[in-house]
Amino acid sequence: MDRVPVLPLGDVLLVSIQVDLEDQLALRLQEDLAEKIVATGVHGVIIDITALDIVDSFVGRMLATIASVSRVLDAETVVVGMRPAVAITLVELGLPLRGIRTALNVELGLRMLREARPEAPVEELEPDDTTAAA
Amino acid sequence: MELNAAKRISVILAERQDEIVAQWNDIVRQNLRGRLTKGELAQQITELYGALRAALDGGGLTADAPAAAELAGLLTDLSANRARQGFTVSETAISVFAVKNAVYTVGGGEDLLSKADFAEFSLFVDQLGLQTVEAYMATRDGLIAEQTQQLMELSTPVVKLWDGVVAVPLIGTLDSARSQIVMERLLEALVETGSPYAILDITGVPAVDTQVAQHILKTVVAAQLMGAQCVISGIRPQIAQTIVSLGIEFGDIVTKANLADALQYVLRAGGVEMVRRTPKSAI
Repeated sequence: MDRVPVLPLGDVLLVSIQVDLEDQLALRLQEDLAEKIVATGVHGVIIDITALDIVDSFVGRMLATIASVSRVLDAETVVVGMRPAVAITLVELGLPLRGIRTALNVELGLRMLREARPEAPVEELEPDDTTAAA
Repeated sequence: MELNAAKRISVILAERQDEIVAQWNDIVRQNLRGRLTKGELAQQITELYGALRAALDGGGLTADAPAAAELAGLLTDLSANRARQGFTVSETAISVFAVKNAVYTVGGGEDLLSKADFAEFSLFVDQLGLQTVEAYMATRDGLIAEQTQQLMELSTPVVKLWDGVVAVPLIGTLDSARSQIVMERLLEALVETGSPYAILDITGVPAVDTQVAQHILKTVVAAQLMGAQCVISGIRPQIAQTIVSLGIEFGDIVTKANLADALQYVLRAGGVEMVRRTPKSAI
């Protein structure tokens, strides 16, 4: 059976949804993600929905559930890459996706997660002072 | 019977061609008052005359016969051109109806043309006239639709104000169609430029009623859903009063009085620091 891949990327987990989510797939994603968060101890999750043409109430609820579950496990969730058409449809349908943080793209999503956790340790490379969040 | 009437008229048209064409020309020219050159008009009428004779010879006195197709095509072109050149609909129609007058003046006086024949010819020309008017209206409608589209494109630019800040200066009344376009343009611009901040400037919107407010709110919420923050600026005093008296709630949406304030707010929020340097001479 298909799975949605969950990719560890530094201090965050990246989930890129490329196929239409049906019930089984969505449930499996929730389980996988919860396990990965605990296993890797990350503090951020980025869900990329650039490829999704349709976001209905089901997907909306699933995203909200994932966000709640992650928050319980001390990880912030950011949904990124929502298409204009999807946003317009959601507004017309009156589905405001409560409890979900969004960003335009993965890069801005990463920045948002970093800013949400200023206390996270910053790794400094010694000789020159370029800093990178690990 | 009808064929005979068509034949008889066709004979008259052939015999008295020069007179009728001249007469037709005169009537139309008086009506257009020199807005079309003499040569151009004469050429149009000669063409029409040829097609009219061909139609009468081939199909009798029915405007939708196959033989009248060329005539119909000519009339459509003519009225489309007139519509574009700004002639009124009656000025266009008279170009066709004048042929009745011309045929009657030339043919009627000398008893070449019976009343019954002329009545049938008259009905035929009426049909042609209707075709002309329809073609004229179709062209006008097309022009209006085109201009509406152009107006939409003109009035909804999305401009980049700063790295990561785009703005939409809204000008004119917002209806559903326009606000839909504004929303789509803005959201697409957000994705393309990866800008986390957008400013909707409504300085140029003459009035805000509940519907317009609804459209603006939808745009802001859609931008927020995509992960961008949207600030509304350019709210004039009267509009602020209208908004309050209508009981419209902007909730936690940031509103600023003018574009400068909005830009300043957005830059601060984006972590840009602004410093004003006072020249030494001023101290």
